[in-house]
Amino acid sequence: MDILSLEVGQEIGSRTFSFTRDSLVKYAGASGDFNPIHYRDDFAKSVGLDGVLAHGMLTMGAAAQVAVDWIGDSGRVIDYGVRFTKPVFVPADSAAEVIVTGKIGAIDLENKTVRIDLSAICLDVAVLGKAQAVVKF
Amino acid sequence: MVNPNVQGKKYPETDAYLVGREKIREFANAVFSVNPINLDVFAAQAAGYTDLVAPPTFAVVIQERSLHTVLADPEADIDFSRVVHGDQRFIANRAIVAGDELTSVLTVASVKSLGAHSMITFNTEIFDANKELVSTAISTLVVRGGE
Repeated sequence: MDILSLEVGQEIGSRTFSFTRDSLVKYAGASGDFNPIHYRDDFAKSVGLDGVLAHGMLTMGAAAQVAVDWIGDSGRVIDYGVRFTKPVFVPADSAAEVIVTGKIGAIDLENKTVRIDLSAICLDVAVLGKAQAVVKF
Repeated sequence: MVNPNVQGKKYPETDAYLVGREKIREFANAVFSVNPINLDVFAAQAAGYTDLVAPPTFAVVIQERSLHTVLADPEADIDFSRVVHGDQRFIANRAIVAGDELTSVLTVASVKSLGAHSMITFNTEIFDANKELVSTAISTLVVRGGE
């Protein structure tokens, strides 16, 4: 892929992720974040939440995959940041669907980097803000 | 409320963490990666890496270990059950690969209050066995005010 062929605003891809309770338990084990708000309804309610929610880092990690799939090499993501704007609630018996879309936000020909702007939507609400991944060409 | 006096506090270096292939695969599967270099050693080597490559957010595993030292610090006074993740960023000098032995040093970059809530920002610098900087993880936690 040639950096000169890219245009700002161009869509680079989209994926829909289904988060189930199994996904949260798998992510807890993989990451070492065992905060019970991510798997126990009673605990989540006791701290004032409406229910069990996905790790923000799970949403962040999954969203990055749209940029990774496009560039084909996860090691070329050199800077990646997000804000966690809304929680993703995950029911016990069904999946929460997060739709992630990536667009080219900026092209830096001098440094040979491209900024991918990611949107992550769950139930029509943006769950990540200012999600930007810089990839190296 | 988080103790504002911990702003600038630097925590001791964590013990070395040996990045294993199966941990990378487990993490890659958990974040829905289908990138072959996260899963297949031959694909990673064909792409020029020495071993399996960790996904972009893998540094959180190392950050998590540093954070435990802060959450356990009575001086910082952070109630973990009231913590919400505000934002997160990873700046990579190079990709993390299987076989890396990583240590980290966490610094409290800022403590701010926002009404009844506190916002605390940490910088975790991650180093390899040669003491070269591999990655910097920057995390802001929001600690919701108590009643």
